[in-house]
Amino acid sequence: MSRPTRGGIAGMLLAGIYASAALAGFLAPYDPIEQNRGLAFAPPARLRLVDASGRLHLRPFVYALVPRPGTFDYDEDVSRPYPIRLFPEGAAHRIAGLIPSNHHLFGVDDPARLFLIGSDEYGRDLLSRLIHGARISPVAGLLAASLAVSVGLVLGGVAGFYGGVTDQVLMRCAELVMAVPWLYLLLAVRAALPLALEPRDAFLLVIAVIGTVGWARPARLVRSVVLSARTRDYVLAARSFGASDARVLRRHVLPEALGVAFTQLALLVPQCILAEVTLSFFGLGVGEPLPSWGNMLAGVQRFHVLASYWWMFLPGLALVPIFLIYYAVTDVLHRHLVLRAP
Amino acid sequence: MTRYLVTRALQSCLLLVAVSVLLFLFTELVPGDFLAELRLNPGISASALDTLRERFGLDDPVAVRYWRWIQSVARGEFGFSLLYERPVGPLLRERAANTLLLTVTATAVAWCLAVPIGAWSAGRRGHLTDRVTGVVLTALLALPDLLLALGLLLIAVRVGGLPTGGMTSPRYSTLGFAQRAEDVLIHLFLPASALCLTILPTLVRHVRATLIETLDAPFIQAARAIGVGGRRLVYRHALRAAANPLISLLGLSVASLLSASMTIEAVMSWPGLGPLLLTAIQARDVHLIVGVALASTCFLLVGNLLADGLLYLADPRVRTESP
Repeated sequence: MSRPTRGGIAGMLLAGIYASAALAGFLAPYDPIEQNRGLAFAPPARLRLVDASGRLHLRPFVYALVPRPGTFDYDEDVSRPYPIRLFPEGAAHRIAGLIPSNHHLFGVDDPARLFLIGSDEYGRDLLSRLIHGARISPVAGLLAASLAVSVGLVLGGVAGFYGGVTDQVLMRCAELVMAVPWLYLLLAVRAALPLALEPRDAFLLVIAVIGTVGWARPARLVRSVVLSARTRDYVLAARSFGASDARVLRRHVLPEALGVAFTQLALLVPQCILAEVTLSFFGLGVGEPLPSWGNMLAGVQRFHVLASYWWMFLPGLALVPIFLIYYAVTDVLHRHLVLRAP
Repeated sequence: MTRYLVTRALQSCLLLVAVSVLLFLFTELVPGDFLAELRLNPGISASALDTLRERFGLDDPVAVRYWRWIQSVARGEFGFSLLYERPVGPLLRERAANTLLLTVTATAVAWCLAVPIGAWSAGRRGHLTDRVTGVVLTALLALPDLLLALGLLLIAVRVGGLPTGGMTSPRYSTLGFAQRAEDVLIHLFLPASALCLTILPTLVRHVRATLIETLDAPFIQAARAIGVGGRRLVYRHALRAAANPLISLLGLSVASLLSASMTIEAVMSWPGLGPLLLTAIQARDVHLIVGVALASTCFLLVGNLLADGLLYLADPRVRTESP
């Protein structure tokens, strides 16, 4: 076995993230929209090994929380420890959207609740919402970036291949799109759509909006590659055998641009994830009760949340590892596909 | 030179007109309008709304409305904001000035930090300190503007002592000039730091990369051979030669700077263009949406023009080559 490369590690991590999004129902201890009104703003759970009487437990356990009347402060009920169990029964879900199940990876017995990174204002488990949110934000980012790069590949390919008026018109359009700072453009395009949307429609619309805003840069890069590719001898040879425009473009010219396209894809995904998060944060993207990493952060905008419940900020940090992984992927793709270095 | 810049400026103006047409066509798609929201208000009769519709010409074809809007642009009004009940122009100027204050401060500070850090890092290429700087910068690069702004707010709230929103204190109007400036500066600290930290990693990386390339050049070897060393070598000789790509970077980074600024303004309630756009979208205030998007485009184009001009001043080759 050879040593795993950086690209290999990044690729595996990425696959792991998207796989855990598919298995969200199983990995998350609770249903993401299940409310515990009595346990609003519960702090991150304290995992313990030693109980109140000084006895050592082999399994980590938590105590149930008892709210102090009239406040969002909690005391621990030390009379009974709740050990953390593997595969307990809980809310029904479907593994990968197919296999119905009501087992979760871990959890504690009722009536205690295990809020590993705390709960929000409705007493919903933040960790479960974070894991389920991985089905929205990273997926929306990936789809939106794919859309943008596909549009860019087609338009850039056509512009570079045909040249002339087509090229002029398409590139002027790209300039037009790039003349407006992208977040302003994104919001201006978003403004043209209804404000209140069903979560599912909102998810698709957000992808469409981000995709339409992001095509310009990939299109320009693809065009420049195609411009040089279409003058190659093998293109001339293909033409002399009577290949049609479409065939030459598809078989001989566009494959040349795929390296640039994939690198642009990896570069665009973090931007698109951030675009979805920002839109949902401002209440213009995917809305409650569906958990998006953006609308989960929206609560932090209120001063008392910021001042007293710092753990509401924790879900945002999930963006950091994803961004780092995508940067590594971009780097590796750029080196291998664009610079053609070993 | 002037001819080149004038051509560029004219192109930018054409681009602005095209963007305004595009934005107007977008707003044509907007379902409902400002008055549709008022329809739910029982205090306003349907006939009053119809009168208002007629007065603002909301039912005219889009070409007529665009022409009317162009006329108001010529008057410097940029249309009428139904939400604020005043012309968009003065409103935009006020908010754009605040955005300008924030972005210019953050850019200036970021460059003042990026050049020494990048130069220091390039000089110690491969050393442990250089690698640690690299890791810190990568971590910072992975912290998006939204998280940086929220994180700084969180720290400020918990530590206390710094204002966490707005641009002025409530007692601003009672203050003298010097105190007013101080008040604004204190409020500027958090948003400017967030914006500065957002753009810093990219700048440092570019400064480091260009300087490393320049430090390998033969003329630097020659300077070294005659005994020039240390800071003088980096700042007088290498930096001068590396200025060209860095100035291009200044122009290219304006777009991301404005986007980051919009998020940070909205999170930290800095009264710039960003929050204005969000309120305009919520209220379906069409002229305001178009106005804000155009103002941001203006900033971007002017930023690029400035970078072009700077490049011309800094690089003699551009001066002799351009017609």
